[in-house]
Amino acid sequence: MTAINTDKPVGESAGRKQMPWERYVQGHHWRNAEDEFDAAKFGMWLFLSTEILLFAGIFVGYAIMRMLHPQAFSNGSHYLDVRWGGLNTVVLLISSWTVAMAVRAAQLNQQKWLRVNLIITLICAIAFFSIKLGLEYIPKWSVGKRPGALFNYPFASDPYEPMWWSIYYTATGIHALHVLVGAGLLTWVLVRSFKGIYGPKNYAMVETSGLYWHLVDLIWIFLFPLLYLIH
Amino acid sequence: MTTMDRPIPADPSDAHHDAPYNASRGSLAADVLNWATTVDHKKIGVMYLFAVLFMFFLGGMAALAVRLELLEPVRTTVNAAGQTVITGQLFGADPENIQAGNQTYNRLFTLHGAIMVFMFIVPSIPASLGNFFLPIMIGAKDVAFPKLNLLSWYIYVIGSIFGVLSIIGGGVDTGWTFYTPYSTTTDADHWRVVFMVLAAFILGFSSILTGLNFIVTVHKLRAPGMGWFDMPLFIWGLYATSIIQVLATPVIGITLLLLVFERIFHVGIFDPGLGGDPVLYQHFFWFYSHPVVYVMILPGMGIVSELIAVHSRKHIFGYKAIAFSSLGIAGVSFLVWGHHMFTAMGTLASTLFSALTFLVAIPTAIKVFNWIATLYKGSIAINTPMLYAMAFLFLFSIGGLTGLPLGALATDLHLHDTYYVVAHFHYVMMGGTVIAFMGGLHHWWPKMFGRMYNEKWGMIGCAIVFIGFNITFISQFLLGMNGMPRRYASYVDEFQMLHQISTFGSWVLLVGFLIHLFNFIYSLIAGPKAPPNPWGGLTLEWETESPPIEHNFHHEPLIKHGPYDFELVVPPHCDAREFPLPVPAPPKPGPEVIK
Ligand code: HEM
Ligand SMILES: [Cu+2]
Repeated sequence: MTAINTDKPVGESAGRKQMPWERYVQGHHWRNAEDEFDAAKFGMWLFLSTEILLFAGIFVGYAIMRMLHPQAFSNGSHYLDVRWGGLNTVVLLISSWTVAMAVRAAQLNQQKWLRVNLIITLICAIAFFSIKLGLEYIPKWSVGKRPGALFNYPFASDPYEPMWWSIYYTATGIHALHVLVGAGLLTWVLVRSFKGIYGPKNYAMVETSGLYWHLVDLIWIFLFPLLYLIH
Repeated sequence: MTTMDRPIPADPSDAHHDAPYNASRGSLAADVLNWATTVDHKKIGVMYLFAVLFMFFLGGMAALAVRLELLEPVRTTVNAAGQTVITGQLFGADPENIQAGNQTYNRLFTLHGAIMVFMFIVPSIPASLGNFFLPIMIGAKDVAFPKLNLLSWYIYVIGSIFGVLSIIGGGVDTGWTFYTPYSTTTDADHWRVVFMVLAAFILGFSSILTGLNFIVTVHKLRAPGMGWFDMPLFIWGLYATSIIQVLATPVIGITLLLLVFERIFHVGIFDPGLGGDPVLYQHFFWFYSHPVVYVMILPGMGIVSELIAVHSRKHIFGYKAIAFSSLGIAGVSFLVWGHHMFTAMGTLASTLFSALTFLVAIPTAIKVFNWIATLYKGSIAINTPMLYAMAFLFLFSIGGLTGLPLGALATDLHLHDTYYVVAHFHYVMMGGTVIAFMGGLHHWWPKMFGRMYNEKWGMIGCAIVFIGFNITFISQFLLGMNGMPRRYASYVDEFQMLHQISTFGSWVLLVGFLIHLFNFIYSLIAGPKAPPNPWGGLTLEWETESPPIEHNFHHEPLIKHGPYDFELVVPPHCDAREFPLPVPAPPKPGPEVIK
């Protein structure tokens, strides 16, 4: 309804060049920009529900394997270092905060803060991934703490520890994949933000990729206690 | 239906927008490019239509081969010269090795099941007729996310390519259900099982994206004046379907992914040797695949609601009951998956799942009764869509009712994994979904392509399909009840008669479908031009041209009456003499009041 489609843009009359976001018009099949925005958000929420159900499968697998092999799972969580898991939790929480701030900045047309917040979020994503890979996956994998039939850690005290590692790598691996996808999305948003595409009239993409990022965070909030804290 | 004259601001750059959506862009290359990059829901729907029909053809060929193999039991005998001879094997037979032919048979029925379920029936109605008509029937110009729609089509193509590669690589012998531990160990040195599983995984994404798109479209793009209960029931069916697609498909996604991990990395979650649980796979699998049987049937039920109302010119009986029973079915469908594993569960769980399974029958029966009540005193037109709707009522009822003995614990113990189950699900999937799809295709064909099909041959084809179907599958009920297990290439001699009848039926079915195929081809080439509203329908698609213009409507439609108000309005583009409004019955004298 408020979409601007006139020859005389607002910005120009104020004596400055018009930003791309000011020229944004909704897709031709939408009645107004609000509907389009609501639909984008609704669509993303639906997509997030599919992600939750995807991870629900992993959580159920975790619960059942833990029930079948409690000792192996107790040993397993002792192998993990709570400090790295905790640090990664903090990193993700910070990034969730900054991505929310990025959305706010877009709404307020604070182009600089939009970019700064997105960049911090991306740095957090890289930090999370580096900690996961460099301090957890690689050291563990190299001593033989591997999933299923690949397992060859000589000091295991329960025959089902390979199962623990299967669940661990599957759950955190698929989560890490989501971190990568989320970071990819946010990078795209960042690149486009340099062109001034996002602003009060067009921030659906910032908002929806932010939502996705929150989900990635949320899943980790469940994975962290299940894997690191419950002994 | 009248539209309010609210002109859409003219856009001179889009001169072609008043042309039919499928108008040529000049050269063949331009057309191909235009279709391959289109975000028009109608073109995407048509591309899906041809893709799923092609898959139906492939799957059908595999089915004919399976039936042919079962014409005779496989026997080894020693002939007069003292040599061992194997008889009754048609495909992949090796005189030295009886296993070789049986292996081929396993691959054939898996091929049939996997193609039919993942590549044909799940996308069939929603992605083709749904894509084409959902936006039009709610008065929108397109689905909410047109680019996502195109993406979902390409994901479908990629998924199907994976499936085809797996077939070229030798095929898969796991059955469409990929049960562990067999599926994680068979063909261990080959990638074809992984490819087939990945195909199903990828196709799942396409299904999720379509469902997501439809849900948002229904919520956000209904025309002004169209409330939830002014929507045609086909839309309700698609809406309920989409909910299931969005909520159930991710679970099969993770299941299939775990299966792939299992095969590649041997993670062991489904492997008892490593402490895993193979039945967990079945739980995961059916948590998706039971709801997905309603993904298959709910759009079909939606179509039948349209067919029966339009072709008997009556207001649908129990609109809300039909709409809510769709949602009811969608809800309950998530709670019954255990009935596929009665033999692998404790008594308490089995009893609960059995009780919940019976619950599904209630909303289903509500629909059937409502359809029949709609027919009552309607002015029924006998044409192909109506014949298919009747066939649906008959066949689907058999399919649904035969589900109940499977849901009852005592009888399922006997019937589980027999041909009875095979017959049951063919009555619901083919007798239900495919029949409704065929009915819907005839009903909307003139709208989609602007040409009529031949009515006489349509009805003949329908009758032959109906007869062939019953010959093929009633015999399978009998086989199953007598103890013929499913998925075997051979059987005891007592079963041969029934198997032969069933195989004969499959040929009759083939004839029926070929008649439809030729009828459709004839229609595209030389069919008479279709009027905008050949059936006198009241839903919005009949208001626009046949075929619809690029933007569906010249003006944004404004809804002034319900989709089934046949008693109140003359259908758009129709002559009031041809579609007279019913004369209201003279008021009956009231009962005498006794003081
Ligand atoms: C009244 C409704 C229904 C009931 C009570 C019902 C019940 C059942 C039960 C208990 C089984 C398991 C049998 C066994 O393996 O021992 C089964 C199998 C099956 N049903 Fe239904 N069903 C119903 C409707 C449907 C519908 C509408 C569809 C699909 C459109 C469907 C498709 C299937 C399929 C595909 C299988 C077998 C899958 C396999 O093992 O390969 N059913 N049904
Ligand atoms: Cu089921």
